[in-house]
Amino acid sequence: MSSLYLRRRITNWVAMGLSMLATLVGLAFLAWILWETLRQGIAALNFSLFTKITANGADGGLANAMVGSLVINFIGIAVATPIGVLAGAWLAEYANRTKLGESIRFLNDILLSAPSIVIGLFVYTIVVLPTTALTHGSTTFSGFAGGIALALIALPVIVRTTDEMLRLVPSTLREAALSLGVPQWKLTVQILIRAARSGIITGVLLALARISGETAPLLFTAFGNNYMAINPIDKMSSLPQIIYQYANDPGDAMHSMAWAGAFVVTMFVLLLSLASRLVLSRNKVSHE
Amino acid sequence: MSAQPGTIASSAIIQEQRSRRDALDERLFRWLLMGCALLVLASLLGAAGATLWGGREAFAKFGWHFLVSTAWDPGNDVYGALVPVYGTIATSLIALLIAVPVSFGIALYLSEVAPPWLRTPVSSAIELLAGIPSIIYGMWGLFIFAPFFADHIKPWLTNNLGDKPDDGKLSWVVQHVPFIGKLFGSDYPFGASILVAGIVLAIMIIPFISSVMREVFQTVPTRLKESAYALGSSTWEVSWDIVLPYTRSAVIGGIFLGLGRALGETMAVTFVLGNAMTLSASLLDPGTSIAATIANQFSEASGLQKSSLMALAFLLFVVTFIVLLIARLMLRQLKLKEGR
Repeated sequence: MSSLYLRRRITNWVAMGLSMLATLVGLAFLAWILWETLRQGIAALNFSLFTKITANGADGGLANAMVGSLVINFIGIAVATPIGVLAGAWLAEYANRTKLGESIRFLNDILLSAPSIVIGLFVYTIVVLPTTALTHGSTTFSGFAGGIALALIALPVIVRTTDEMLRLVPSTLREAALSLGVPQWKLTVQILIRAARSGIITGVLLALARISGETAPLLFTAFGNNYMAINPIDKMSSLPQIIYQYANDPGDAMHSMAWAGAFVVTMFVLLLSLASRLVLSRNKVSHE
Repeated sequence: MSAQPGTIASSAIIQEQRSRRDALDERLFRWLLMGCALLVLASLLGAAGATLWGGREAFAKFGWHFLVSTAWDPGNDVYGALVPVYGTIATSLIALLIAVPVSFGIALYLSEVAPPWLRTPVSSAIELLAGIPSIIYGMWGLFIFAPFFADHIKPWLTNNLGDKPDDGKLSWVVQHVPFIGKLFGSDYPFGASILVAGIVLAIMIIPFISSVMREVFQTVPTRLKESAYALGSSTWEVSWDIVLPYTRSAVIGGIFLGLGRALGETMAVTFVLGNAMTLSASLLDPGTSIAATIANQFSEASGLQKSSLMALAFLLFVVTFIVLLIARLMLRQLKLKEGR
């Protein structure tokens, strides 16, 4: 009896100890990765990173990559937000509990974790190849194609959050508006989307955080460019793509620039996820 | 524009026009919304279709042989998928072997063990790990972890578990356990290898799996757990015999979700896999994966090589789709149970 009791207690201690150890291991790796990014990134930060372009190589900076990242991310979010919000509204308001709606919601969840490199190849096929054929090779890879690829990655994030946030809006709001004779489209656009606004903004911010670190889909769409490019018809460089290129370079100076880029991207992503949390929590307080 | 008496007839017409216009607007709006939602479907079908179309030459030329051939020879224009497919599966399985127990531990700690004030900060920190872009994992793996592994962990593994130790003397374990010597034997001097890629992937997918597990553990009815505690169960017994069986399907779903991520991950593994197009039994030798092969070769490829890369992408897409499908179906079962 007492030996059984002892054995059960020891098993329990060991299991609890191991679970604590697992958590510590997870936190330790997080700390290790963040620490190295901060340490190496801050050591490599300097003013010319923001003013010079990558064409200067080891003496250059990352200015064109930063501008490229901004342009490509902007295109991605500008394309994905309206489509994603409308699709989410359809799922929540028009197709809730219908077969088609359920299957699209389900497929959207799959698209959410689909391999991004395949998305890149898809956009290569539907945007890069046709533009190459139409312009007889004068326009091939473009910042625009990169933006479309990122839009396809941002889309499911926005669809999902919009859908979830709209379904949280109390149905009394819908009934009140409908009983006053408001058509359903006006109800959706002017009342429901407005009521769920902060949740939708959170979704857009999360989507932006997700795409601003994406590298794989940009390799065959925006391709990269060592000179400053602002027109999205040109090939465009981006921070993740430059990090990838410089990290594979044998030179140490290139490595430290890659770390500086990694630092900038990581800070941007962390700030965005912090901001999205703030938007959501502030809204919760105001409802109470 | 207040209605005048005596204009009832015309106001009825206006009203009729108005309701007709509203109905038209409504229909247009509905179509617009549905069109947007169908884009989700279109992009999934499109991704499958585009890669299948791009890979048609390779499929037509090599047929089923493409799947079992280890050749990847741009000089002679002969390609086979086995090496990258093996690398993808091996790295993902290593990642799961490490990530599943660790994630279970984290989820258990956060839902049953930790004091309440510690739960939110620790779980936010773990979720932070999920937000870090994969290229950062790749860089950390390439510059920090792979050299660390080559200096501190790999020598111990090759000397004690491998069949190619530095001093030439096989250890007791290698002489008595079959296959283990082959798995850990390597004379490749650098850290980049299938095992390191698996470890980096594991760190990447731990936050996904553990947050799914934690969420589903919290759906277990308190009554059920408290009944077990009242009968004298320990925390471990409640977790293993009550919580885990109750959430089994969702836990498997979470694991498959992590597997789906691991299979399709590109940047984190490309850096630490060594990019070698050779099949080796050793986990300490470099290899390649489907995503890494595409990332490394696609921009310089043409003709049959490009088509073969597209065919690889198609294989990857189909496999990840099936894995994620299983994951979502498994996760849905718990939701149905909750609804009942």
